[in-house]
Amino acid sequence: MIEAAALRKCFGAIEAVREVSFRAADGSITGLLGPNGAGKSTTLRMLYGVLTPDGGSARIDGLDIRGETSAARAHLGVLPHAAGLYGNLTARENIAYFGSLHGIGRQRLAERVAELARALDMQSFIDRRARGFSQGQRIKTALARALVHDPANVILDEPTNGLDVMAIRNLREILRNLRAQGRCIVFSSHVMQEVAALCDQVVIVGRGSVLAQGTLEEVRDRTGSATLEEAFLEILGEPEGLA
Amino acid sequence: MMRALLTVFAKEFVENLRDRRTLVSALLFGPLFGPILFGAMVSRMLNQSVVESDEPLAITISGGERAPNLSRYLESRGVRLHAEALSETDARERVRKEGAVVLLVPPDFAARFQEARPAPVFVVADSSDSQTRKSADRLRALLAGYASGIAQLRIQMRGVDPLLAVPVAVNDIDVTTPAGRAVVVLGFMTYFVLFSVLMGGLYLAIDCTAGERERGSLEPLLTLPVARGALLGGKILATCAYMCLSLAINLTAFVFVFRFVPLERLGMSANLGVRTALEFFAICLPFVPLGAALMTFVASFTRSYREAQTYLTSVLLVPTLPIAFASIYSLKTKSSLMVIPSLSQHLLMTSVLKDEPIAPTDAIVSSGCSLLLALVFIVFTARHWRRESMLG
Repeated sequence: MIEAAALRKCFGAIEAVREVSFRAADGSITGLLGPNGAGKSTTLRMLYGVLTPDGGSARIDGLDIRGETSAARAHLGVLPHAAGLYGNLTARENIAYFGSLHGIGRQRLAERVAELARALDMQSFIDRRARGFSQGQRIKTALARALVHDPANVILDEPTNGLDVMAIRNLREILRNLRAQGRCIVFSSHVMQEVAALCDQVVIVGRGSVLAQGTLEEVRDRTGSATLEEAFLEILGEPEGLA
Repeated sequence: MMRALLTVFAKEFVENLRDRRTLVSALLFGPLFGPILFGAMVSRMLNQSVVESDEPLAITISGGERAPNLSRYLESRGVRLHAEALSETDARERVRKEGAVVLLVPPDFAARFQEARPAPVFVVADSSDSQTRKSADRLRALLAGYASGIAQLRIQMRGVDPLLAVPVAVNDIDVTTPAGRAVVVLGFMTYFVLFSVLMGGLYLAIDCTAGERERGSLEPLLTLPVARGALLGGKILATCAYMCLSLAINLTAFVFVFRFVPLERLGMSANLGVRTALEFFAICLPFVPLGAALMTFVASFTRSYREAQTYLTSVLLVPTLPIAFASIYSLKTKSSLMVIPSLSQHLLMTSVLKDEPIAPTDAIVSSGCSLLLALVFIVFTARHWRRESMLG
């Protein structure tokens, strides 16, 4: 379970996040939807603890990301917006490096990497160096790396960026599987269809604040719009922002 | 903490072993640049000076028939005279074009000589060319010797003791030992050694910080339940390992090069055997963490690979500053200088080359100060790594 409570973050005079609160339950997919610059990435970065909030708190399975950082991080897998790989290492080595840093033993790690390679259909490139990977192969490797310690919670920042249609379908399938395993998944996107296709819960963020949240139906019903798209535009009040 | 540190170390070590750029600069260019350049330069210098003192001086003489006695004198001193009638303009042209040295004996030479008035000769040479300048200098010395011999004869014939014309007898006593003389030549070798140390870690320092950020692998790394100190420690340790490797290759190459450079032919002995190389290694070892910490510190503040490269290239010049300063002011090895890293290593290595004993306190102060400064840089870098701005 991932909880954000009144998160606030300023960069100098700019208030990137004013007040963001939501709760993402286990066994569900929560989508953070908003235009570019709405504060989605900043919110997620506070959730996974690389940015310190100026106000509010973030909890992973009840563990405070600031006070109990290591324990909270052990419960969390992260696929940041910039999820670069080490080009001179193979996909297997990339994944194992992170596993090893999580403190997983050699034997268990080898099993876990093989397991992930199967689950994410990576066998064809698992022992190739990451330098020449396609965007889809990169995302898969980075995702496997984020999942190597079998975390109950997963945060993904714009995971579909740069993926082709097939790769996006693959990723959706993977995320649904993770949900079926009972994990709590939070991902951000500025692509409405993405959120509509996957999410159990949607949190609409604009100008650093939560503008609406609930199930897709709830959001649609609240605005009285016929379609989700109209509902988003209505809530944001700035139609040019969405893709 | 320790386990994570070693994991990072092992990964950085292996990853960079697969990187061609790192390998070329750390294990090939960095360590071998010095010895190769050095070997080539020293052998050339040796050949030149040996050639110059052994080879007969070849001079073009114009109007030699007017001074047969002088010609005989020069030939008796081993000068090869090539007689050719040249006007002064021709002679200038010849010197400029062929780099020759021409001795012009003008028509009034014999008459003036017989009247015991200064008889003119002209040495035509290009003093900007070091080769002909040396030949001209040798010719001038011979001419001066001839003139003073004639002068003494003339004085003697007039019944005066020729020694009256030699009021001061100048004697040179050169106290440089053969090894000491070599140090003049080998002085800048110590810089090549320190240069190879830094080159060994240059690309790792960049790759581990600015490179990691540019690649986008830094943020995922920082989301792990690992202390940032452990990440940084592992990276600096890997950088140190490559620096040691580079240093070892460099010293091996130097030992190898000195086998083939005939320093003894100049009456020099260079104490560069395996033992000296090991002593050099020990002296430079405390400089390794300092260089690694300094480069990691600088690279941590840069935004991109390119920017880091630019700044770190100037870091490569940092160890030259104290050494250059020391040679300008010709500083002698003093205990107070041991507090300055790079200079202290330079002075200690020079002492080893000169076969001078090293005071244990000097060695301790030298390594202590280098390690202390390394620690300061590590602390500052670690502090920066805890900041949010690390993400870039």
